[in-house]
Amino acid sequence: MNEITGPIQNRFSETSLVFTTVDNVVNWARKSSLWPMTFGLACCAIEMMATGASRYDWDRFGMIPRGTPRQSDLMIVAGTVTLKMATRVKRLFEQMPEPKYVISMGSCSNNGGPYWKHGYHVLKGVDEVVPVDVYVPGCPPRPEALLYGVMKLQERIQEDHVLRRRAASMGSLAGASMAIEATK
Amino acid sequence: MEAQALHDRLAVKFGERIAAFQADALQPWTVVAADAIAEAAAFAKADPALAFDNLMCLAAADYPKDTPPRMELVYHLFSYTHRHTHVLKVMLPREGALVPSVEGVWGVANWHEREAFDMFGIGFTGHSDLRRILLPDDWEGHPLRKDWVDPEFYNGMHVRPTQQMVERFMAGEKIGVGPFDFTPFNAHVDGE
Repeated sequence: MNEITGPIQNRFSETSLVFTTVDNVVNWARKSSLWPMTFGLACCAIEMMATGASRYDWDRFGMIPRGTPRQSDLMIVAGTVTLKMATRVKRLFEQMPEPKYVISMGSCSNNGGPYWKHGYHVLKGVDEVVPVDVYVPGCPPRPEALLYGVMKLQERIQEDHVLRRRAASMGSLAGASMAIEATK
Repeated sequence: MEAQALHDRLAVKFGERIAAFQADALQPWTVVAADAIAEAAAFAKADPALAFDNLMCLAAADYPKDTPPRMELVYHLFSYTHRHTHVLKVMLPREGALVPSVEGVWGVANWHEREAFDMFGIGFTGHSDLRRILLPDDWEGHPLRKDWVDPEFYNGMHVRPTQQMVERFMAGEKIGVGPFDFTPFNAHVDGE
């Protein structure tokens, strides 16, 4: 058997201990395997698909699209949220298990975008029905922008606390439900 | 066949129920009385000289400022046999408009008439399944009518942007309000 070499291997080749925090390890695991729910609403979804395809390849982040909300950690709202769809988006979000995160992708999803003034059928921002963690601007955002949004989300997840009550701004619905639990 | 000849063929058959003809247009059109449209459509399809076997488009338009105020249904016809096109129009009152369905002539009219009903509230007699096609079933009103006003809420969701939303999006959050605009309006300052 070859001898393991290199600075890190040398450090850990002997039986040894690594000290860290539960937060660090769990958050690292969470942010490294964000499973987004497979759904797109409009042209932003085309860019989202490009982000998932080989050129940009969000598999590098451990992101694997899931076909069901029950196995998903992340909802990427990619496109125009019509009022008709908004109730479905809300229901899909509620079907996702905790912890769950939402990326709002593109101007339509952020605040109605071009339908801001003359859009009788468009929700003025998906944050009216689900709590949004990261907003990605653009119409549509390029794959780089979405990847930047994902990395921003990873930064936020890394700051999360696992065994403590979550701050209201982090996955805010989760924080709220846990706060209710704590008061009982 | 030329537009005039197409119109004449319909006019001979239907007489006074063909109201008008506009030849000086990009797509010349014939005005058909509302109660005659289904028969006229059937004739236009069955007649070997016309042979309009395809309804390209069925659209509606609202003209509240005309005298009298009216709605229009516009039928774009095409013949694969003769490669000619023609347009039929039906003038309707703005309230309680009711037209015979042409679904029995061209099956595609099913969805087109549902859309005209959904957006303009035009009723179609003899339609097999006249319900909303795009908007939710519990939607109230017909939004492409010119007198449409956005409601405050739909199922608890804001339809119009609130003052709070305006302030939030205009005053610093760089989310963008439309295509190609990623900065708030107050950031557009000369020299920056």
